[in-house]
Amino acid sequence: MNDTQIKTSSSSTKPRNPPIGSTGLVGWLRKNLFSSLSNATITILGLYFLGLLIIHLVEWAILNAQLSGDTRFACKGAGACWAWIDQRFGQFLFGFYPETERWRPALAFVLLIPALAPWLFDKLPAQRYLRPCSIAYPFIATILLVGGFGLPEVPSDKFGGFMLNLIVGLSGIVLSLPVGVVLALGRRSELPLVRWFCIFFIEFVRGVPLITLLFVSNILLPIFLPPEANLDAVVRVIVMVTAFASAYMAEVIRGGLQAIPSGQYEAAQALGLNYFQSMRHIILPQALRISIPGIVNTFIGLFKDTTLVIVIGLFDILGIANAMVANPDWLGLSTETYVFVSLFFFSICFAMSRYSMRLERRLSTTLPRETK
Amino acid sequence: MSDTDKNIKDPNILIEIKGLNKWFGSFHVLRDISFSVKKGEKIVICGPSGSGKSTLIRCINRLEEHQEGEIFVDGLELTGNLKNIEAVRQEVGMVFQSFNLFPHLSVLENCALSPIWVKNTPKEKAEQLAMHYLEKVKIPEQADKYPGQLSGGQQQRVAIARSLCMEPKIMLFDEPTSALDPEMIKEVLDVMVDLADSGMTMLVVTHEMGFASQVADRVVFMDDGEIIESGTPNQFFENPKSDRLKLFLSQILSH
Repeated sequence: MNDTQIKTSSSSTKPRNPPIGSTGLVGWLRKNLFSSLSNATITILGLYFLGLLIIHLVEWAILNAQLSGDTRFACKGAGACWAWIDQRFGQFLFGFYPETERWRPALAFVLLIPALAPWLFDKLPAQRYLRPCSIAYPFIATILLVGGFGLPEVPSDKFGGFMLNLIVGLSGIVLSLPVGVVLALGRRSELPLVRWFCIFFIEFVRGVPLITLLFVSNILLPIFLPPEANLDAVVRVIVMVTAFASAYMAEVIRGGLQAIPSGQYEAAQALGLNYFQSMRHIILPQALRISIPGIVNTFIGLFKDTTLVIVIGLFDILGIANAMVANPDWLGLSTETYVFVSLFFFSICFAMSRYSMRLERRLSTTLPRETK
Repeated sequence: MSDTDKNIKDPNILIEIKGLNKWFGSFHVLRDISFSVKKGEKIVICGPSGSGKSTLIRCINRLEEHQEGEIFVDGLELTGNLKNIEAVRQEVGMVFQSFNLFPHLSVLENCALSPIWVKNTPKEKAEQLAMHYLEKVKIPEQADKYPGQLSGGQQQRVAIARSLCMEPKIMLFDEPTSALDPEMIKEVLDVMVDLADSGMTMLVVTHEMGFASQVADRVVFMDDGEIIESGTPNQFFENPKSDRLKLFLSQILSH
């Protein structure tokens, strides 16, 4: 008996193509949608109901919709009544910002694009100069919105609509990430006082509803602070929303920090990097990358929480919507109004989510990169 | 650096350890360790697992704190003084069992990082330096890859190059081949032999007895946190004196 089998190079099996129909579009359909009779039935039924839904939606929102009219009584069809948009669009965007000055927030919004682009994308032309330039944006935007330098002043209680959501949301997003990083590092610090302070801040702020923080900022802070230190209502909201989001952010980032093996800290130390250098170059880039899904989750939550400003008397886009639904001229149009408002939030939140997925792919050193 | 920091008589002694004791909690992990390392000496430390050999070399660049005794590295005493610790770490390179490359940086960036930030070397010069040492470890063609795309042996060679980029006076190796597949051990050991031939002062924790007998000036045997025996490779392997060393050698050389 001879049990030994040896393959010589001439008798080696040649690589073959996979069987036809197991790869490509046909293969995908077969595997995922039509793998068995019951799966095929479910697929076809699902497509049928999806089609019905889309047809009804399009009929309601577009085909049978009414686009013009002065009051809701102009709307007679079975479809949606969008007539109010024509009259109220400005209010939904800018709240009670004076109509003649509305070009200012609009310009601030347009300028936001070149200010954010160098931080969101790399490999832009002149990248190196764009980032320092964009630091000027918050000041330019503040002057545009509030006034000064020849522009008439607009008090912040006139701010409203989606503009207010964007101001509070973006400020909160931009500020809560660095504050969250500091809190997360502080919570892991070896200095007891720093650690205790961070733990107290995180646990307290996270353990209290945002609404109560906003009330506190509105009612209690003015009592404790001297009257001349009259903090602006919008600034107070930004401070509170930032504090709230950064407590969540700190815990998300702490999770990322804990996932970094101790060998990374040791290698950085052994190479002579000090604490800040090793955090900046070794630990945080890795921890933040792991934390991207959680960070974006917090951002999205924060952005939607900006609608809570209504409890302290500011009219964001949802507040304007509520007011309009209660207006006798447009009474009962809640479906249309809230669908409209949802689209604003959805488009921003969906964009954040897509961007974060792109970022994860780009930063990955194991998955194939988009560029390079 | 004040004169009190420089209180070693022999300038050829790079590492001086006197009466070193260390505890992990209540566990006495290093007991009364004293030895010194001369410039250019190659020392292999071996012993059963848990004998404290890794802890000992981790004390030399203060990855571990010691509670009793004195450690001088190139004339600087290791205490809580952060300045001394940072100065010592620039003189002492370390290679780990699990490589510990930075996965988010390319091979070249891994090597150039600490010259740039710790020694303020201009980026271009640091990259030239990195390429120089990547060539020394025979891996320059991988400079733009990421650590995750390399084999274990290649990663360990990059880790050696990364340490060398700081141009240290002393290199510590903490079981550099223990995490490698057998066919990759040789490529790493070859690089270490080259490094030894170039005159580097080396402390190597390893079980590679072939490397020890080929390269070491002195082999140190540790057990239960103590140095049991040390000597030239010849004495050490041919004529072990203590029973514990005899038992250890019989266990690792028997198959």
